[in-house]
Amino acid sequence: MAPSNYFSRLFGNSPVSPLQRHMEKVCACVAELIPFFEAVLARDVERMAEVQASIAQREKEADALKHELRLQLPKGIMLPVSRRDLLEVLSMQDKLANRAKDIAGIMLGRKMAIPESVAEQIMEFVRRSVDAAMQARKAINELDELLETGFRGRELDIVDRMLDELDRIESETDDIQVHVRAGIFKLEDTLPPVQVMFLYQVIDWIGNLGDRAQRVGSRLQLMLAR
Amino acid sequence: MEHQVTILVLAALFGLFMAWGIGANDVANAMGTSVGSRAVTIKQAIVIAAVFEFAGAFLAGGEVTSTIRKGIVDTTAFAGSPELLVYGMLAALLAAGVWLLIASHFGWPVSTTHSIVGAVVGFAAVGVGVEVVKWDKIGSIVMSWVVSPLLAGTIAYLLFMSVQRLILDTVEPLRNAKRYVPAYIFLVGFIVALVTLLKGLKHVGMKVSMPEAYAYAVLFGIVCAGLGVAAIRRLHIDPAADRDFHFANVEKVFAILMIATACAMAFAHGSNDVANAIGPVAAVVGVVQSGGEIAQKSALPPWVLLLGGAGIVLGLLTYGQRVIRTIGTRITDLTPSRGFAATLAAATTVVVASGTGLPISTTHTLVGGVLGVGLARGISALNMRVVRTIFMSWIVTLPAGAILAVVFFYLLRAILG
Repeated sequence: MAPSNYFSRLFGNSPVSPLQRHMEKVCACVAELIPFFEAVLARDVERMAEVQASIAQREKEADALKHELRLQLPKGIMLPVSRRDLLEVLSMQDKLANRAKDIAGIMLGRKMAIPESVAEQIMEFVRRSVDAAMQARKAINELDELLETGFRGRELDIVDRMLDELDRIESETDDIQVHVRAGIFKLEDTLPPVQVMFLYQVIDWIGNLGDRAQRVGSRLQLMLAR
Repeated sequence: MEHQVTILVLAALFGLFMAWGIGANDVANAMGTSVGSRAVTIKQAIVIAAVFEFAGAFLAGGEVTSTIRKGIVDTTAFAGSPELLVYGMLAALLAAGVWLLIASHFGWPVSTTHSIVGAVVGFAAVGVGVEVVKWDKIGSIVMSWVVSPLLAGTIAYLLFMSVQRLILDTVEPLRNAKRYVPAYIFLVGFIVALVTLLKGLKHVGMKVSMPEAYAYAVLFGIVCAGLGVAAIRRLHIDPAADRDFHFANVEKVFAILMIATACAMAFAHGSNDVANAIGPVAAVVGVVQSGGEIAQKSALPPWVLLLGGAGIVLGLLTYGQRVIRTIGTRITDLTPSRGFAATLAAATTVVVASGTGLPISTTHTLVGGVLGVGLARGISALNMRVVRTIFMSWIVTLPAGAILAVVFFYLLRAILG
């Protein structure tokens, strides 16, 4: 007789720590954009390829974590939060990593360069966007404390404050984006049109990072507001 | 009556077999939340279970035993043919034991309580006549199967809410944990002691008056709380542990409470489930001792309770500890602050049922308690499908126990009669 026990099957595995591990991975992936852009500015294609490979690798690992967590949440499982909101947060986190991979991919593929005059602004833009992702991670990291306190009270206020900060960072990235666009606009006539087109594309995508980080936060807020 | 010795030996053997089965399978469930929350190690859990299951069975198991023995069937109806009651009770034991063996082999969620009640009703209704079954009593027993998980769920919900309010959602959770946890420990000791003093001890020949019982229970609660305070003082509080998860040290304090609750749960389980094994034995012994008469008033011999307690411990030590180990590795995300709420709610409900003489399923009650904490948004993931199969299982178990009992009844009558 093999000991098989039905009582222990009652308890599922917590989705909280896998979700946090996923966000950890996603943020590691997004943060690599900083060394990547440093390589872009230094026109070091070899280094760009290296960092891009690492970004792609981390994105893949995040994907694996995502699938694992999804399998762990079949229908008919009772969670302290809505299963749909949770999966939504997961998919938002996932999109954050995807966009980082898109950015590195297209820039490496086209061996893109960034005009000197906007270099500093772009770097600031990337840094602030990465900050937004990091701030979202900070809020996600509070989930185990939230679980402990039953998703109410003091702990909820702490997370709310973190999300306010996230909103602030995101609107800052919006402002920086306007400046970067203006900078490129000034150069438009001196650059090859195709390159300009793709520059705008990349700027758009960097802007997406902040938006998506913010959406991780707002999904989290929805999840907590049940 | 013929074969008196044979019958007594058979009854003792079957009862021991059933008690062994309870110790081998059921005890693990009762200890599951404690082991799963890592508040007690597996070795500690086994020691706690052995000591407190035995204590519960011996000190507080009398009332439910009396229900199984003479509450479900009208034993006076057997006055003309006491051997039928003997065969029937033996058959019921054998049926429930065999059914449990089959079920645990396949990992089916089957309750010992449901098996034995189904078996006793089965042999009586089919083997003797529908009228010998006390249907009103069956009605209240079945009602208690519905009520007990609901009650445990409600208590667990309220307990967990109080923990949130008093400890977790405060500015200084650690300080409040140290302050309030002894109060919860007092509650554990008080309830268990009170029910035992009021309802259990008379079956082992001790008589305690109501005010005395309350006084002793309060005293016992205070002693438990005192031990708790001492244990909390000895705790190693490590501020560094709180860096990643801010409640790491608070949970350490709850772990002390969980140990007290684990003891209460083992005690409660012993007090209710020992009857499933020895209730029928007591009925058989009663008939044999009174020389083949059906004596409604005969007392429960203490050695029968001892037999049950020993059987449970034997099952636990030979097989149950492996099941406890399995549970320990399977339940990974339950923290002591939740485990305690679910377990204390279940233990309280079961102990009260034991005092009232109602045979209820400890596992169902515990599942009710766990769900109560889950509804308070306290548990990270619960498998509702498993909950459904656990609760549906008794619908299969009752007829299964009954049919097997009828078969064994005719067999035993043919062999011994």
